[in-house]
Parts: sequence; structure tokens; C-alpha cells
Amino acid sequence: MGMYNEKVMEHFTNPKNTGVIENADAVGTYGSPVCGDMMEISLKVENNVITDAKFRTFGCGSAIASSSVATEMIKGRTLEDALKLTNQNFVDELGGLPGAKIHCSVLAEQAIKTAIYMYAKEHGLELPGLEGFDPDSEFDHEDGEEDES
Amino acid sequence: MREIYLDYSATTPVKQEVLTEMLPYFTGKFGNPSSLYQKGYEAKEALSLARARVAELIGALEKEIYFTSGGTEADNWAVVGTAKSRKSKGNHIITTKIEHHALLHTCKQLEKEGFDVTYLDVDKSGLISLKQLKDSITDKTILISIMYANNEVGSIQPVREIASIAKEKGILFHSDAVQALGNVPINVKDLGIDLLSVSAHKIYGPKGVGALYVRKGLTITNLLQGGGQEYKRRAGTENLPGIVGFGKAAQLAGENLDNHITTITELRNYFLAEIQKRIPDVDVNGGMVHRLPGNLNLVFNYVEGEAMILYMDMKGIYASTGSACSSASFSASHVLAAMGLPVEKAYSSVRFTLGDFTTKDDIDFAVNEITMIVEKLRSISPFDKEHDMETAQNCNCPA
Ligand SMILES: Cc1ncc(COP(=O)(O)O)c(C=O)c1O
Repeated sequence: MGMYNEKVMEHFTNPKNTGVIENADAVGTYGSPVCGDMMEISLKVENNVITDAKFRTFGCGSAIASSSVATEMIKGRTLEDALKLTNQNFVDELGGLPGAKIHCSVLAEQAIKTAIYMYAKEHGLELPGLEGFDPDSEFDHEDGEEDES
Repeated sequence: MREIYLDYSATTPVKQEVLTEMLPYFTGKFGNPSSLYQKGYEAKEALSLARARVAELIGALEKEIYFTSGGTEADNWAVVGTAKSRKSKGNHIITTKIEHHALLHTCKQLEKEGFDVTYLDVDKSGLISLKQLKDSITDKTILISIMYANNEVGSIQPVREIASIAKEKGILFHSDAVQALGNVPINVKDLGIDLLSVSAHKIYGPKGVGALYVRKGLTITNLLQGGGQEYKRRAGTENLPGIVGFGKAAQLAGENLDNHITTITELRNYFLAEIQKRIPDVDVNGGMVHRLPGNLNLVFNYVEGEAMILYMDMKGIYASTGSACSSASFSASHVLAAMGLPVEKAYSSVRFTLGDFTTKDDIDFAVNEITMIVEKLRSISPFDKEHDMETAQNCNCPA
């Protein structure tokens, strides 16, 4: 049924890790309602490891579903490892998104980067994967059109 | 699963009486109306009855109705046909920013071919200003094309006043009445309209049939070249089953018009009242006065429209974001933008359109589900009354 597979629909209707972490160690927002989607992510970080992640998203079905898998995937990862994740990893984890909807998963990647960037800045960390990253810059990620799996 | 269809402006189901009348024209009565033998004659009679019925619904003469493949073709023909036939008189066309793409894209094409087009603004109710219309007229203006009623917000334009302005200046007036047909009383003679587009599938007739009304005595250039059908104005063997269905649907629409308007308006108002009772922070796009009976276009603040549609779809409730065509193109509605609605609110907008098969029970069911869906999506949204969408950071998203 419909344009999304079952896994996407499951993450859309029962998203994991929604809400805001009280006393979060890092918060990142990316996107804007003016573009039709925005994600806010809050992280708990201990010894450079993401121990908890929660999100709130204004966006379409694939934006919500990719926010949900993304928070699942970063939990337990080191900051460096989390920075290696791209939107394609989230799309793969979801079992694919329709071509025109791939770009919605970039939101999660960028929101995570933004949160980690904020954290790194506050703690004076130099992290590989953040060189040249500017949370306020135009998005510069390629939309993967192919739908593997 | 229970299905609640609230997208009658996208299309309507064919009514049983309509289908029953159409069926013989696929099989036993399959003749070509142009043939000279009995079978052809029988088809020609059916064609003529359908024409009379459509004519009656809009107060036209039978000979002023030319069947087409739908509203899109009628719009294209009206604008291109007028532009071509009147180009020695001028190259200026006036339309609005909220037309259907069948009209807007046709105008864009004409602009490439050297025509000038003025796109009139609308106010927050989705209505044009007659003053701006008058001020836009030049001695080069050959056509005013303004839709009767809008497909997204249901705004009904002051068609009578527009017609009289056009007439006074000797300019042709075309109106796209695809959404208005069967939902408001239309009388082209009384109103003074020169060209009018209509379509069958919005009034419980089949898809792929429409008509252009062309006022008696007026000739515009043909769109299609070919055989001599439709009084030599629209070539191609007639889609007879479709046309017969359009005729029957038009007859029923005429008979039911008063009842349809009263019933649907009441149901729509009940729907709105229930939503407003149950869900906080919902705005209505457009005004409630000059509005199609079944149209309700709502802003569910803090949630995104496509997520709403997807969730409703899972519950068997069918509605649309913006207009049906823009839901594939991921851009905010040009109609809501023209009405001055901030983009973020346009992204939170959902259009519901009620029709003849909608019941109060459907509405109660839908309101319950919608209430839960909005609560759920709001619970995961970064926005609420305190964190308004307008104050959020600027766009850093993919262009
Ligand atoms: C206002 C308006 N004009 C034109 C059309 C196109 O009509 P059709 O689908 O018959 O080509 C539509 C239908 O989507 C419409 O709503």
C-alpha cells in the first residue's frame, strides 16, 4: 500500500525516541518550516559516546521516519562514529525511500551534525567529520537517487 | 476498512444512474454519430440529448456546447483559441494568480510566444479586486480569463461584475467553471459570459469528458485539426459513452442543485465546528462567504500536511494538500501563496472537499481520527503555541 514500505510506515506511526532530553548535553536543529521540514535533536553524551538521543520533527512521513531510525542508529556510537553516518545509511536502514523523498532523510544527517558541532564547540573538541561544517550554510549533500536493496 | 472520501474536488465517483445510461453506448449502441445509417443516427440522438442537458445546466443553447476531452482541453482551447483569433486586435491577456495549471501553464506558453499576461492578485479570501482588474485593462487586452470558483480554497469570484466590465470594454471573458459546476447556479446568458469550461468528473460523471461553452456568434480558432465533429469546431470521433454520462450527470446536478447546496453547506459547517471544538490552533484558509459548499481548507498549525495525509490515508480518510497536482511536486501551493499565507502555514494546510455521498457519520468518524492524528503529530513537533513556526530560523534547506 502507498508510497512507503512497511518499515518506513512503522517508524512513521510509532517513531522511536521522540521528545526532548532534559539537561541535554547537545541540541541541534536543522531545516525550517519555511522549507517544509525541520528537525530538532537532543543528545546525552558521556565520554564521547552518545548515550541517549531524542528528536522532534516537523515534516513529511519520510522526514519523521528517518529522524526515528537516525536516533536509533546513533545511540551507543562515539561522536566520531555518529559523524560518519550519512542520510544514505538511514535510507538503507529504512529499506529504501522513494527517489523524490530521499532528500528528506538529509534533514536527520544535518541535525545530528549540528548537535555534535555545538557539543564540540562547547567542549573545544576537534572532530574529524566536522571540518568545514557550518550549520547555517546551505545544504550541500547529494541526493542519492538510486534505491538499493 | 472503512473509507471516507473527502476529496470530491479532485474527482467524484460516477453515480449509478449515470453509469447505467452510459453502458449501452459501449456495446449495443456503439455507433459513430457521423454514420448515416440507423446505428449512427441513434448515437447522434444521444449526443444531442447530452448536449441539451449540459446546455441546460448552464443556461446555454445546445449549439453553444462543444464537447472536449475534459476541463484541461476546454481551458487550453479557450485561451489559445482566443489568442490566435484575436491577435491582430492585441496581445494582452488578464488572468489571476490562482488559476488551475491548465490555465496558468497555457498562459506561460503564450508569454513565450509574445503575449503579455497580467496575473491578478487575490486577497486573503481568495478573491480578486475589480479595481485591479479595471486598472489592468489596456487597449491591447483581448481576453479576461478568471476562474468561477477555485479548486483549493473554493473562493467564488464576482463573475457577474467581471463579465460586465469585460463587455463594456469589448473584451472576451472566459471562466473556468470546472469546480463551480453543480455547486453554484450558473447561467451564462444572465451573467454575460463568452466562454466557459466545464468537466464531467467533478459532477459524478466520467473522467476524460468536458465541454467548452462558446457564446453564439463567437468564433475562436480550433485547437485540433481533423474531422468535422462538434459543428466543425472540435475534431475527433466523439467519446459517446463519456458524453452520455456527462449529460446524465448534468441533468442530475441540475435537479439536485438546491438540495445539494443546502445539505453540503450544512455538513461542511458542522465539520468545521466540530474540528474547532476538538482541535486548538486550526485556521481556515479563505473566507466563509463566497465559498463552494463542500470546501474546507484548514491549517493544522505545527504539523506538516503531507504527514497528515499519510496518517489519514492509513485510517481510510482521503484528503489532499494544496491541490491534488501539487502533492506530487512538493512545492507549496501557489494559491495559498497568492492569498498571502506564510509558507510554513501552507505546508500545514489540508484541503477537505465534501460531496453527495458524505454523511454526518463520516464526518464524526473523520473528526475523531483527525483529532488523534493531530495530537500525535503535534506531540513530536518542535513547534507549539510558545514556539511558533514564524519565529523559527531561516531556511537553510535544499533549495
Ligand atoms: C479549476 C479546474 N480547472 C481545470 C481542471 C482540469 O479538468 P480536467 O481534469 O477535466 O482536465 C480542474 C481539475 O482538476 C480544476 O479543478
